[in-house]
Amino acid sequence: MTLVIKQEKPKSTFSKIVEIISTMASRPSGLIGLIILVFHVTLAITSPLYAPHDYKAIDPSLMLQAPSSEYWFGTDSLGRDVFTRTILGGRTALTVTFFGSLIALLWGGALGIFCGLVGGKIDDVVMRIIDAFLSIPWILAMLLIVSLLGTSTIVLIPALGFFYGKGIVRVARAATHDVIAKDFIVSARARGHGNFSIIWNEILPNVRDAIMVEGAMRWSWMLLGFSSLSFLGFGVSPPTPDWGLMISNARGLMSFAYWAVLAPIFGLSSLIIGINLTADAFAKALGIDRSTKAPV
Amino acid sequence: MQQVVQEIKNLSIGFTSKKGEQISILKNISTTINKGETVGIVGESGSGKSTLALAMMGYVKHGLFTISGECIYQSNDILKMKNRELENIRGRKIAMIPQNAGQSLTPNLKIGYQIDEALRLHTNFQKEDRDVKISELLNKVRLPSPEIIAKRYPHELSGGQQQRVAVAMALAGSPDLLLLDEPTTGLDVTTQAHVLELLNFIAKDTGTSMVYVSHDLGAIAQVSDRVIVMYSGEIVLDGPVRTILKNPIHPYTYGLLKSIPKLTLSGLPNSMSGSQPQPGTIKEGCSFYDRCEFAEDKCKINTPELEFVSELNTSVRCFNHKKLHKKKDEDTKSSKKVLRKLTKNEILDISSVSISYAKQKFIEQLLNKIDDTNPTVKDINIKIDKGETLALVGESGSGKSTILKSIAGLIKAKNGIIKFDKNKILSNDLKKRDANYLRAIQLIFQNPDESLNPNHTVEEIVSQPLKLYFGLSGNELKQKIIEVLKKVRLGEFYLTRYPRQLSGGEKQRVAVARAFAAKPDIILCDEVTSALDVSVQAAVLNLLQELKVDFGTTYIFVSHDLAVVKAISDRVAVLYQGRLCEIGPSESVYKFPSHPYTEVLLGAVLEPDPDIKPKLVAEDIVEEKPPEKGCSFQGRCPRLLGQICKTDVPPWQIDENGNAIRCHIKINDLKNQQTSN
Ligand code: SF4
Ligand code: SF4
Repeated sequence: MTLVIKQEKPKSTFSKIVEIISTMASRPSGLIGLIILVFHVTLAITSPLYAPHDYKAIDPSLMLQAPSSEYWFGTDSLGRDVFTRTILGGRTALTVTFFGSLIALLWGGALGIFCGLVGGKIDDVVMRIIDAFLSIPWILAMLLIVSLLGTSTIVLIPALGFFYGKGIVRVARAATHDVIAKDFIVSARARGHGNFSIIWNEILPNVRDAIMVEGAMRWSWMLLGFSSLSFLGFGVSPPTPDWGLMISNARGLMSFAYWAVLAPIFGLSSLIIGINLTADAFAKALGIDRSTKAPV
Repeated sequence: MQQVVQEIKNLSIGFTSKKGEQISILKNISTTINKGETVGIVGESGSGKSTLALAMMGYVKHGLFTISGECIYQSNDILKMKNRELENIRGRKIAMIPQNAGQSLTPNLKIGYQIDEALRLHTNFQKEDRDVKISELLNKVRLPSPEIIAKRYPHELSGGQQQRVAVAMALAGSPDLLLLDEPTTGLDVTTQAHVLELLNFIAKDTGTSMVYVSHDLGAIAQVSDRVIVMYSGEIVLDGPVRTILKNPIHPYTYGLLKSIPKLTLSGLPNSMSGSQPQPGTIKEGCSFYDRCEFAEDKCKINTPELEFVSELNTSVRCFNHKKLHKKKDEDTKSSKKVLRKLTKNEILDISSVSISYAKQKFIEQLLNKIDDTNPTVKDINIKIDKGETLALVGESGSGKSTILKSIAGLIKAKNGIIKFDKNKILSNDLKKRDANYLRAIQLIFQNPDESLNPNHTVEEIVSQPLKLYFGLSGNELKQKIIEVLKKVRLGEFYLTRYPRQLSGGEKQRVAVARAFAAKPDIILCDEVTSALDVSVQAAVLNLLQELKVDFGTTYIFVSHDLAVVKAISDRVAVLYQGRLCEIGPSESVYKFPSHPYTEVLLGAVLEPDPDIKPKLVAEDIVEEKPPEKGCSFQGRCPRLLGQICKTDVPPWQIDENGNAIRCHIKINDLKNQQTSN
């Protein structure tokens, strides 16, 4: 038998990641998203090194200065440098929501796969409970948790992770349902593989992409949620700079000191847009169509 | 002078690859469809036949575009028409019945409403006239009591009835041209024969031109006047049905016909090597060169043109077609069929197995009471010897796959015992089965696309049983995988490939390799060839046969295809509604006397020969569930004896060849009746 076969090299995980990223960057929207995201992450990591002023130095004599060569984005009502506070203001938000999303991904994914796999009554009951949770306004629940346990990151990360994992449960469950009926699962069962092996080897590789895309999407939602909490004064405690808090503090003075509001708004919205565009490009690069359910 | 309905001129359709190359799926197709003519377009998956059929409706799939050429209907090129103009033609003048017609019906609308909708769209009838027309159409497609059918929802009809409704809807606009995409694929054998016969009748009756697109030469043979054979996006043969099927002068068609299992042959058909090239890979020369037994050097460099052979009234694309002109059937003699060595070494004993799908009520579950007097599968008693190939045949609902699954432990049998290797009882609970028994019984599934994890490489797939049962790892594991792949004729370079990078036949080979890696004693094959292309099917059958010789494996082979079963099996068990009807050595099951159901099944087989017509002895009604008492086949039996069939379960009778039949009619009477007509 003569077979004309193009030889292909096996791909390492690293080269797969490189391939996905280069596919993402091949569309303008994906490229823009990636650039924004990378920019924000770099900024969050490195900004303390070059922040021009002390973010908590209060100077009543410098109250509400307009942007100048010394204070690029002006100063706020306590005379603090808005530029410094803006470039530092994403750090907490990014860290909290990143780890929050990770937690959401883990428990949401695990529970979703479990429900999809066992099906039947247990699945029904769990999904009902999830639905019940969904019907509670999350912000109320968050306020309750925060007022009981405080606003430290140790509280915020798992709390946010918990609330934003619900959507991932649904996605993971649906994806598992699709896979579970396939003959390769039946085949693994008939061979005598255990449940753990079936989940790990057969199901996970097929639902991973959908779950990761959903996680990326949840990230931008969570960022918005976290900033809302800060805005209400339940996120980050002063004087730590945070966009939500900065917007909240400066919004009353918007008519004459717009710079103090615009800078954090720009920071927050550009990051959300960046994550969204990246998540979209990520989904497309993995071949998952998200066009039917755009976030925010 | 014949009236032309549609003329296709130099049509090429293709897409632009990621690298920016233009790749053709259809290459320079030219043909005409005459009025009242029925044309069959045959080809395997990827031959471009469906693209061609869609183009005939003025439709080009998303991502594809017309490179050149035209498709002329009433002196207009329908490929250049605006949507508005096309609306007047599609459905009205050119109608299509898609594959899986049942799924194309809207599930929540009544049949009558849907046909009315089609009439409103495609005709100018008033409401009252439409009502009359609905009954007329349903009558025309021979649906019993149209008034009742019109009030039903699609899911309340059987597959065959849904197909008929789809035909009725397509006929609503009295089209000039009717396109049918695999119209009978997925239907049961008997239903298939009935639907084709109906379509034949409609074609004659209304003078509608029809174009059948199919991979099934048996179906094409029954309905077509003319056949077009496609390969790799080209027409390779185009001529009258008898010439094409009886004297195929193109090497591809010649090989294809030899690779189809037929009832008139014994043993396995010859297989064809290789598979169809991917679009865009053939730059010059004949696209069949790699697989052709008649190839010469010139074929590699020069591309053959379609040449008209006037004495056969056929067009052919081959330099060497003359070599095939006189070639008669002399070498269609079948290849070796390894007869089972008669070792009376029982490996599996299925006794009194019943399986029930009925859901138990909660309270009954609590009381551990199983209350189903009429289970889906009942009283199955089969003993299987080592090294034997036993086939289970029957239509959908016969319980053949259910039995297979219960042997594998995937479905719990309600009653009965399955013993492995003489005396070891297999638990009906998979979790309680000994690992060694799990290893001993392996399954191969129908569709490798479903049975191979798309995210695993071939190496990972084949490694699973090796790791699980033998605990292999590292280099030892790798060597073993390579060894197993070699057995299914796949080279080492397949290790790193994913299923999507393989052809259908290669994928099924990987599935076979995975099963054999476990060193099983028994392999359960569930319709293993039905998802494959014809030319690949024979190769897989031959492979299974060779492996059996090498390893002495026992096969239990489930199939709806009686010709395939005849080719591969030593013994056949015929099932109807979960009850055994007949079981015996395959030579004698295929000979009379047969159980009346076997007779119906055999009669309905479509042979790729226009002169062998199927015998339609029984109605193709579908029964929802087995009768409470009496013979399972009483509802459709063409030889119904009388009241006794409805009340008493028929006894087993054995003829001199060891063929056991379960019927009230005396075996000799059956023989006389069946041989007399
Ligand atoms: S042209 Fe040559 S390679 Fe092509 S089918 Fe004919 S003999 Fe075979
Ligand atoms: S027992 Fe009666 S119904 Fe059954 S197959 Fe024989 S004749 Fe037909």
